[in-house]
Amino acid sequence: MSVIERTAQAVPTAPAERRVRLGGVTRESVLTLLGAAAGSLALDWVLYERVLPLSGAFGFLVVWYLLFLAMTWGLGRLQWDARTVRERLVQTVVGSSGVLVVALIVDQIVYVAIRGSHAASHSNFFTQSMETTATLSPITSGGALNAVVGSLEQLGLATLFAVPLGIAAAVFMSEVGGRLARPVRTVVEAMTALPSIVAGLFILGVVILSLGVQKCGFAASLALTVMMMPIVTRAAEVVIRLVPGTLREASYALGGSQWRTVLNVVLPTARPGLVTAVVLGMARGVGETSPVLLTSGFTSGMNADPFSDHQVSLPLYIWNYVRYPAPDMVARGFAAALTLMAMVLVLFVTARLIGGRRPGDLSRRQRRRLQREMAAS
Amino acid sequence: MADFVTADDGQGTGLDASSDAGFDAGEDRPRRITAPVSAGDRIFRGLLRAAGLSVFAIMGLIAFFLLYRGLQALRSSGWSFFTEQNWLTQAHVFGIAAVLPDGIIIALVALAIAVPVALTAAVFISEYAPVRIRSALVSLVDLMAAIPSIVYGLWGLFFLQPRIVGFVRWLTMHLGGVLPFLKVRTGDIDTSYTSSPFIAGTVVSLMIIPIIASLSREVFSQAPQGEREGAYALGSTRWGMVRKVVLPFGRGGVIGAVMLGFGRAMGETIAVALIISPKFLVTGHILENGANSISALIALRFGESDALSLSALMAAGLVLFLLTLLVNMVASVVIGRSRSGAATAD
Repeated sequence: MSVIERTAQAVPTAPAERRVRLGGVTRESVLTLLGAAAGSLALDWVLYERVLPLSGAFGFLVVWYLLFLAMTWGLGRLQWDARTVRERLVQTVVGSSGVLVVALIVDQIVYVAIRGSHAASHSNFFTQSMETTATLSPITSGGALNAVVGSLEQLGLATLFAVPLGIAAAVFMSEVGGRLARPVRTVVEAMTALPSIVAGLFILGVVILSLGVQKCGFAASLALTVMMMPIVTRAAEVVIRLVPGTLREASYALGGSQWRTVLNVVLPTARPGLVTAVVLGMARGVGETSPVLLTSGFTSGMNADPFSDHQVSLPLYIWNYVRYPAPDMVARGFAAALTLMAMVLVLFVTARLIGGRRPGDLSRRQRRRLQREMAAS
Repeated sequence: MADFVTADDGQGTGLDASSDAGFDAGEDRPRRITAPVSAGDRIFRGLLRAAGLSVFAIMGLIAFFLLYRGLQALRSSGWSFFTEQNWLTQAHVFGIAAVLPDGIIIALVALAIAVPVALTAAVFISEYAPVRIRSALVSLVDLMAAIPSIVYGLWGLFFLQPRIVGFVRWLTMHLGGVLPFLKVRTGDIDTSYTSSPFIAGTVVSLMIIPIIASLSREVFSQAPQGEREGAYALGSTRWGMVRKVVLPFGRGGVIGAVMLGFGRAMGETIAVALIISPKFLVTGHILENGANSISALIALRFGESDALSLSALMAAGLVLFLLTLLVNMVASVVIGRSRSGAATAD
C-alpha cells in the first residue's frame, strides 16, 4: 500500500468543498445604497424646494448624485473600515456611470418616440409629401414620404458604391498585403475620423462646383460613400482576418488561384461578419446630416429621381422643419426623427443578430441542410 | 501573404544532399523563392490594389480641392485669414480667429464632461459589470455611437436646454465671481443662458462618450491576466488592482482615445449648429449665449451664393480637415507607442 493511498484512507470523510464566493451582493451593501439614495433624495428635495434658490431638473439630479455619494460614504463608514468603504464607493461611481450611459440612450430613444408619436400617428405622415402643406397647416396634412424615399435611394446608392470599394480595400489589406497595407490602414483610420461636413464640402467643391452637376440625391450619395467606405473597410478587415489560414491553404493545395480562393473561400466564410460590416456602415450613413445638407439641396415636394433635381432625405427634413416656430412643423420634424431612429435601430439590431456568429460557424438553416444531406447520403 | 511557395528549379527539392557532400559553403545560400502569378491573379491583385490606393486618392483629392477652391479667399485675405475674428465676406473682412478657438472651447467642454463619464463607464464594463450583461453593455455603447447626430441635436435643443438653464444660472451666480469664465454678463434672463458653448459642449459630449468608452474598454480588457492575478495575490482590492494594473496598462490607449474624441468633437456639426446662436468673437465665457465653430459656420453659411463666400468656407474647411488629420495622426502614434497599443496591434 503506497503512501498516497494510506493518506487517502486516513482522511475519508472530508466535507465536500464549497466554492467560496468572492465579492457578490450582500444585503448590507444593497441596503446601504438604498438608504443613501433615499436619504439623499429627501435632503436634495429639502435643499431645492425649501432652502436654496435653485431650479431645474438637471441641477436637481447633479446635487442628488453628489449627496448620494456623500451619504454612501457616511453610511459605509459607520459599518466598515476605510478601505472597504473606498472600494464600495468606487464600485458605486463606476456602476452609476454605466447606468448613466444606459439611461442616456434610453432617454434619447424614448424622448424622440414621445415627441414624434404625435405626427407619426397620423397615417398621412407616411403617405404625403410637404408639397401642399403651408407653415400653419394642421398635422393631418403633409408628411415625410418624400424624405423616406430620398433617404432610401441615397442610402442604396451609397451602399452600392461604398461596399465593393470598402470590401476590396479590406481584402487588399489582409490578403495581398505588402508594404502598402500599413499606410492604407493608417489612411483608412484617418478617414473614419473625417469630419462629416468636410465630406460634404468636398463633394460640393468637386461634383457640384467644378463638374457643374446640379445638387441632387446622387451627389449626396457620393458624400455618404466617403463617410461609409472607411467604416465598412475597418469592420470587414477585422472579420476577414478571422478566417482560418488553413482554409486558404486547403484551397491553394487544391490548385486554386488567389482570386478563386478569395471569392470562393475567404469571402463566403466571412459572410456574416461582412454583412454586419455593411449594415453597420448603412446605420451610420443613413443618419448623416451635414454631407447631405451641402449636396442634395432641399425640396418640399416628391422627387424619386436621385440623378436630377433636389432631393430631400430624413436628416435634412428634420434639420429644416424643427427650426420652424410652428409647433406642428416641429412635431413633423420629431416624427421624421422617430422614423430615422427606427431605421437606425432596425439596421443596428440586424447587424448584431447576424454578427453574433464567428466566421465559419453555420447558421441554423445551414446546419439543418447539412444534417438533411448527411441523412440522405 | 498567402502566396504559392514553389521551387524555381528542381535542385533544392527533396533532401538537402549538398550539405552532406561538403560543397563549398559559399554555394549554400538561401534559395530565392518566387511565386508564379497567373494572369487572373495579376488582374485581381491589381484591382484590389487600386481599391486600397483609392483611399489615398480620396484623401488627396479632399485636400487638393479644398485648397484649390479656397485659394481665392486665401489670396483675398492673406494672412489676416488667421487673425481676423469677423466673417464678413461681402466686405472682404473674414478670418477664422474667432470660429477656430470657439470651436476648440466647445470641444474642450465636451471633453471635460465626456472623459470622466466614458472612462468610469469603460472601467465598469471591463472590470465591474457582471459577465452576463457585459456584451449587452458593449452593444449599447456601440448603439450610442450609431444614433444620428441630428437626434442628439434635437434632444439637446428641446429636452436638455430648458432643464439645464436653472443649473447654469446657479453656476454663474455662485461660481462666476471666483472663476471668470463662468461669468454671464448679459443680465439674468433665461435667454442669456441658452445657446451657449456649455450646452453645445454637453450635447457633443454625448457623441464622444461612446468613442472614448469603447476604445478605452478595449485596452482595459487587454490588461494581462497574470498581472491582475499578481496584484490580487499581493492582497490588493479590486480598485487597487484596477488602479495599479489596468489603468497604467491602458494609459497610452486612453490618451489616444481622448484625442480621437477631441478630433470628433471638433468636427461635430449638426448638433452644434442647431443649438448655438452664432457669434464672431472669442470671449471665453462658456455659459453665455453665443458660440461658434468652423463646422457650424459651414453648415449655416453654405447657402451664400457668391464665389468668395463659398471659397472662404472651403478654406475654413481645409483648416478643419488638416487639424483633425493632425489630431488623429498624433493619437494613432500615441496609441501605437503605448504598451496597450502594442498589444492591440496586429
